[in-house]
Amino acid sequence: MNEIIDILSYNFFQNAIGAAILASISCGIIGTYIVARRIVFISGGITHASFGGIGIAWFLGLNPILGAAIFGVFSALGIEWVSKKTDVRQDSVIGILWALGMALGIIFIYMTPGYAPNLMSFLFGSILTVSSLDLYLLSALSVLTISVFALMMRPIVYVAFDETYAQTHKAPVQFLNYLMIALVALAIVLNIKVVGIILVISFLTIPQTIANMFTQDFGKMIIGAITFGIIGSLLGLFMAYKLNVPSGATIIFSFVILFIIAKIVQLSLLKLSRKVDE
Amino acid sequence: MTKLLELKSVYAGYDNKIVLRDVDLIVKKNDFIGIIGPNGGGKTTLLKVILGLIKPIEGSIKFNNIDDNLIGYLPQINTIDRKFPISVREVILSGLMSHKKLFGRYQSEDKRKAKELMEQMGILHLKNKNIGELSGGQLQRVFLCRAIISNPQILILDEPDTYVDSHFEMELYGVLDKLNEHMAIILVSHDIGTISSHVKTIACVNGSLCYHDSNIINQEQLKTYNCPIDLITHGDVPHRVLKKH
Ligand SMILES: Nc1ncnc2c1ncn2[C@@H]1O[C@H](COP(=O)(O)OP(=O)(O)OP(=O)(O)O)[C@@H](O)[C@H]1O
Ligand SMILES: [Mg+2]
Repeated sequence: MNEIIDILSYNFFQNAIGAAILASISCGIIGTYIVARRIVFISGGITHASFGGIGIAWFLGLNPILGAAIFGVFSALGIEWVSKKTDVRQDSVIGILWALGMALGIIFIYMTPGYAPNLMSFLFGSILTVSSLDLYLLSALSVLTISVFALMMRPIVYVAFDETYAQTHKAPVQFLNYLMIALVALAIVLNIKVVGIILVISFLTIPQTIANMFTQDFGKMIIGAITFGIIGSLLGLFMAYKLNVPSGATIIFSFVILFIIAKIVQLSLLKLSRKVDE
Repeated sequence: MTKLLELKSVYAGYDNKIVLRDVDLIVKKNDFIGIIGPNGGGKTTLLKVILGLIKPIEGSIKFNNIDDNLIGYLPQINTIDRKFPISVREVILSGLMSHKKLFGRYQSEDKRKAKELMEQMGILHLKNKNIGELSGGQLQRVFLCRAIISNPQILILDEPDTYVDSHFEMELYGVLDKLNEHMAIILVSHDIGTISSHVKTIACVNGSLCYHDSNIINQEQLKTYNCPIDLITHGDVPHRVLKKH
């Protein structure tokens, strides 16, 4: 217990806790949209495409997250545009972009002279080393997503649910689609620092899946996903510190444990309600 | 009578494929038009042109003193995702989307209207259910509520009778008859027997559109309209078909 109080006084640990909570907020909101709209594969594509941006930024000596953000957002807008304006199959485009991003990333990182010490942290996350810049970016992202959803959750949900119908009501379908896919890209890229490229998609889907076991309401799913996100990421954070392993792995591991517990709770609740029915 | 909508020599289709050719149609206040035609004839395409979902390649669509937001729409067989986290009540309220603007909120008036409609359609007990928990027919009723909650001037229904049991079908047409007192209705159906006792006029769509200014139609007329569908004979005289039974 004393140990916990001790580490809580460290600056880096407070930053990590802040990052975990902020990541849970943006991932909780955006992830609910991803799960409801079934765009997990698109999100995976954007994630891996952004690795190309990391590589190029690295090579040019720029901030890798900045490179990833530019690359990620443009890939996202590109995917949306291609699938709406042409009759190319969307999943093939995503597959190509996915691989291209990874390939570019690897090429540029290897071409950069010297060792790439931070590479592992991009792939697997490193919540214990988040900088104040990372925290500012994560806070800005949370404020942005919360405002967008506070103002426009209804139209966003309606367009996601039945785009054709929304169009007959002259809803700004295109604007909302582009806005949302750009937000998805930003949420992915800014959370790479916390859980890493390989695992960020789980942060956007597992808490939502757990919440979805207990509610079918979009708004409540967001609240649930944020809550499970905070619990899981804080658990993962302590584990990462204790075992000295990348935070991405421990956070996702905690999510899976939460998922299993939730499944058991859900099944026993079901059994209980059946008994009551009898 | 007031013209609400006029299509003049409209050509429309998808990509390079023309589906509708030289279509003329006038919709007036209190019209109740039944649209019939073979599968793939272009009925849904016509509705989408009217709704502005497809731009015509040629020809014009004119709305006359109608707020063009005010078209109610019930789509054909739902391509929607039944697992989407949204409740019955929310789906129905989404029919008010265009009245709410981007940042709008619902008033108690809106909620009362939704409740009234659900009561009328016998789905009030389902109001908080997720749409995934409904049967096809129940979902069809939800979509009907969504289509009429905004009290549109034109109501467009693409095969509302699929999935619906015969009991509700009766009720459905009762509801439509009443709605028709203050809105024009365009209804697509393959069940010509039932619609012809409710619609006022019939349009046959098979590439082109032939307008039939009565709700009695026979096999010979269908043939000249280039509309290859079989009428189920209801009267005692074979081939002389379809009027109230
Ligand atoms: N999205 C689309 N892209 C390309 N072609 C389409 C599309 N939708 C329909 N079509 C084609 O347009 C033609 C007319 O289709 P439409 O859906 O209007 O027929 P319909 O009369 O409503 O038929 P049904 O009775 O089966 O509902 C068909 O040949 C169909 O193949
Ligand atoms: Mg059709």
